[in-house]
Amino acid sequence: MSDLVIQIRDLVRTYEMGVETVHALRGVSLEIRRNEYVAIMGPSGSGKSTLMNLIGCLDTPSSGEYWLNGQEVSRMPDDALARVRNREIGFVFQTFNLLPRASALANVELPLVYAGTGARQRRERAEAALTRVGLGNRMDHRPNELSGGQRQRVAIARALVNEPAILLADEPTGNLDSTTSEEIMRVFQTLHDQGQTIIMVTHEADIAAHAGRVVVLRDGRIASDTRQREAAA
Amino acid sequence: MMLRDAVGMALTTIRTQKLKSFFSLLGVLIGVTFLIAVVSIVQGMNVYMEDQFANKLVGLNTFQIRRMPNFTDASEEQWREWSRRPRINYVEADFVESRMETPAIFSRFCSERLPLVWNGTTAKDVDVWTADAPMFRIKNLDLESGRVFTPQEAELGQAVVVIGWEIGEKLFKGADPMGKSVTIEGLPYRVIGLLAKQGTLFGISLDKFAVVPFDSPVHRVACRYGFMDEFHIQAGNVEGMQAALAETQEAMRIQRRLKPAQDDNFALQTAEGALEGWKKISAVLMTALPMLVSVSLVVGGIVIMNIMLMAVAERTVEIGIRKALGAKRRDIMAQFVVESATLATLGAAIGIATGIGLAFAVRSLTPLPAAVAPWSVLLGVSLGVAVGMIAGIYPASRASRLDPITALRAE
Repeated sequence: MSDLVIQIRDLVRTYEMGVETVHALRGVSLEIRRNEYVAIMGPSGSGKSTLMNLIGCLDTPSSGEYWLNGQEVSRMPDDALARVRNREIGFVFQTFNLLPRASALANVELPLVYAGTGARQRRERAEAALTRVGLGNRMDHRPNELSGGQRQRVAIARALVNEPAILLADEPTGNLDSTTSEEIMRVFQTLHDQGQTIIMVTHEADIAAHAGRVVVLRDGRIASDTRQREAAA
Repeated sequence: MMLRDAVGMALTTIRTQKLKSFFSLLGVLIGVTFLIAVVSIVQGMNVYMEDQFANKLVGLNTFQIRRMPNFTDASEEQWREWSRRPRINYVEADFVESRMETPAIFSRFCSERLPLVWNGTTAKDVDVWTADAPMFRIKNLDLESGRVFTPQEAELGQAVVVIGWEIGEKLFKGADPMGKSVTIEGLPYRVIGLLAKQGTLFGISLDKFAVVPFDSPVHRVACRYGFMDEFHIQAGNVEGMQAALAETQEAMRIQRRLKPAQDDNFALQTAEGALEGWKKISAVLMTALPMLVSVSLVVGGIVIMNIMLMAVAERTVEIGIRKALGAKRRDIMAQFVVESATLATLGAAIGIATGIGLAFAVRSLTPLPAAVAPWSVLLGVSLGVAVGMIAGIYPASRASRLDPITALRAE
């Protein structure tokens, strides 16, 4: 039980679009263990974004249960969800989503600001996280002074700084060329080797191939869930 | 999230958008500038009026018996009533002086604007005072050179004159005026004293006058015989002045046979009374000021609110990111309220600097000694913070209610 980071049972999410009801998720059950590296795939409209938002605690399900790291989060109010996002989830987005006016260091410190960490400890941990992704010498640069790959690594450092239960990546290589994509995938692989649980939403099969397990969604349901041999680093 | 972090974030945002920030805080800036400048000038005026105006024009611990109050505005009807009053005569003045038990000094006084001529040069419109010798003490007039008139000269009404500093300059151009004979109303007056320079009051020279003995020939022009414009009485201190005032009022009422029900038909002009006109003006300014300030602060607040609403719209993605990273509603709320308050406080700070600058400019360019009041600075800062916070609440609450998924997808 303690080995399960994510436990999802019969998750349903419907949206009211005017008079129509859109069934984005029609009952998804999923369990993810600690240190798993999971790719979630599926065509657009399959519900993978909805599932990602639910896993990321940005949204709550219409019905079903979601246990994250031993807490039932599917019925939590807004501020409690914010706390869970802050402590348990590290987001990596397709568009990096860094604050443009803040330095790399300030961006990485941001989750710690909301965690209420003191200024000195914040700085130390943010520096450590940036060093971990190989940006120890770029801390004072602003996002527009960094390459795409470097920006994504800042985002990864930001995601890791609170030592979250899961690293949740949404198309992390969608805005990167193939060389840089490989570079980011190597960072993910290293984190995975160090014990980080990673969930990655992607529609690119070669990116998904890096993960040890691929979950494919179709029409709001899980179409397949396959464990593949560990990809070579 | 701690306040320091929020202020830090706000300053970063303001720093990166200097021009926009400056325009948005213009309203608050102007409001606070007004506040500081007007309060400084009024306060400076208060000090000036009390120290300079009242004491120079009336004298310290001094009052005058007059037919009607000076330095005051009154209705037409009031003026007509005052004009029917009897003038102050010698008998009354003597009676007051003889009954006075409080230690005091006295001087009769009349004045007239007359030309002074020496050696073909004319000083026009000189305020010629006819007064008794104690007048120099009452008005605290210092001598540059020479002497004031002796009791004997005063008694005999001799044709001697003590001239103001400016008259000396004008007529004698640096030469020693002592013993020279100037012509006043066709008669020669011997210059016996030159007064020290007093400077200006509201830009009007205080040195363009001359003093002659009360009973000297000029008196015929300045006052009708037997009467005077003012009878000056100076006590040694504030308590003495109060006592002397009471004694004088009593003596005058006895002398004029006024019944208890009758009002005084004379005026006792004090420095306090001389300030009445100014007090009215300053009261009007101080009443108008809050209105001026609040109008510009309300406008300033609305401007800031609009800017903050724009900022929230522009930074929707940022808000989404912050929420995704764990910002609670109150964190977002705090961020925008603090940003708005910081903006307005910055405006207030610049306003205070501008206001103080204006006050100093007034001080150096005009005779008014503007004095910055610490309370107005404090009030300016608090108003800035308050306006900013109030203006920030609505935009901040809109920002805090944004849905993180929608916000992240904006652009």
